[in-house]
Amino acid sequence: MKGIDRREFLKIGGMAAIAGLGGKAAFEILAPGKLEAAQQIPLTKGKHWAMVVDTTKMDDALMDVCIEACHKEHNVPNLGNPKEEIKWIWKETYEHAFPGQEHEYIGERFHGMNFLLMCNHCTNPPCVRVCPTQSTWKREDGVVMMDMHRCIGCRFCMAACPYGARSFNWGDPQRVRTDEKLMPMNPGFPRNKDYPTRSKGVVEKCNFCAERLAKGDQPACVEAAAKVRKGALVFGDLADPHSEVRKVLKENYTIRRKPELGTGPNLFFIV
Amino acid sequence: MYDGGKIITGLVIGLGLLLFPFFYNAGKAAKAPDPELTPKAQEAKVCVMDKAYMQSSHMTLLDDWRHTVVRDGERYFKAKSGTVYYKSLQVTCLDCHSNKTKFCDQCHDYMGVAPYCWDCHLEPEEKK
Ligand code: SF4
Ligand code: SF4
Repeated sequence: MKGIDRREFLKIGGMAAIAGLGGKAAFEILAPGKLEAAQQIPLTKGKHWAMVVDTTKMDDALMDVCIEACHKEHNVPNLGNPKEEIKWIWKETYEHAFPGQEHEYIGERFHGMNFLLMCNHCTNPPCVRVCPTQSTWKREDGVVMMDMHRCIGCRFCMAACPYGARSFNWGDPQRVRTDEKLMPMNPGFPRNKDYPTRSKGVVEKCNFCAERLAKGDQPACVEAAAKVRKGALVFGDLADPHSEVRKVLKENYTIRRKPELGTGPNLFFIV
Repeated sequence: MYDGGKIITGLVIGLGLLLFPFFYNAGKAAKAPDPELTPKAQEAKVCVMDKAYMQSSHMTLLDDWRHTVVRDGERYFKAKSGTVYYKSLQVTCLDCHSNKTKFCDQCHDYMGVAPYCWDCHLEPEEKK
């Protein structure tokens, strides 16, 4: 509260109270944005990563290519059991992906159609708010990150995420190298020798390929998709008005998952 | 003095039990570690910091790296020599020190420390 003395503070606070504004508004007059910072909802400054899925260019085969690329890049094991499944990027039907936006007479095209889903890297992520150790947090560039070194496996984030974007490691992922049942499903695991695996008892999810962004590369799923069909996945900076994502968002009608929850998903779907 | 004999016997037995692990292990004391450098590490001559620092404090450096990489997104380290390294245990450190058993484990075993880094960070494949 540099530059404002106590008297001034009370004056502003009092005025705000008279004007019927709550504590938050009073705080905003003093130092806009400071409240958010104090509540661990960091503001997305400058860069703001986002992804657009063009469902008119997507099909099941291409989705599989994307899933394969991501899970290979990040050594995501195949545990062959939905209860233990670890998924960073996955497929889901329209009704499951967009509940509340479906109806009986929905366009023919959507019958039985799958959508490619991943963590939405929400602008206002509930998973971040509930994490007691801050092992999940939002970076300035909009990536909702996981710090595996800090995760204590409490799974509050899994309960808080309304999109089912997080998975829990019930066992050591490296068991797929020695478990006879799992070995055939995981040939060559770990497939990316430059990326770690996780350990038992931590939560994981899509990290928007933070390790690739640091090198100036596109996310693995986007790169893999582009080799098959241009524009099926578009990744870029929402804060830059000249970016490719802004361009496709301007030219197309897009929907997001459960927008009514106010989490502000940064994954957009051209339908 | 009552029961002096019993007390002394008790003390001797007690002391004996206390020292048992020392006698038990006497003679088969763990061999002092003698870490081996890979040809690649020998050729490089320098590590990211000087040898004395790395010997005593590599864990501090690694802790700092993991924090700055994951939390702050700072993935590069500039050494005093000006060389820039990618801050990664798995990609950079183990690329040079690819003989984990002969380099890392020797000391870790001797000191009785079991860092859990290896739970996730992949060790290089070593030719046996
Ligand atoms: S989709 Fe879920 S895990 Fe991802 S940022 Fe939003 S709330 Fe968090
Ligand atoms: S952005 Fe990266 S981590 Fe996220 S789904 Fe795509 S490939 Fe996986």
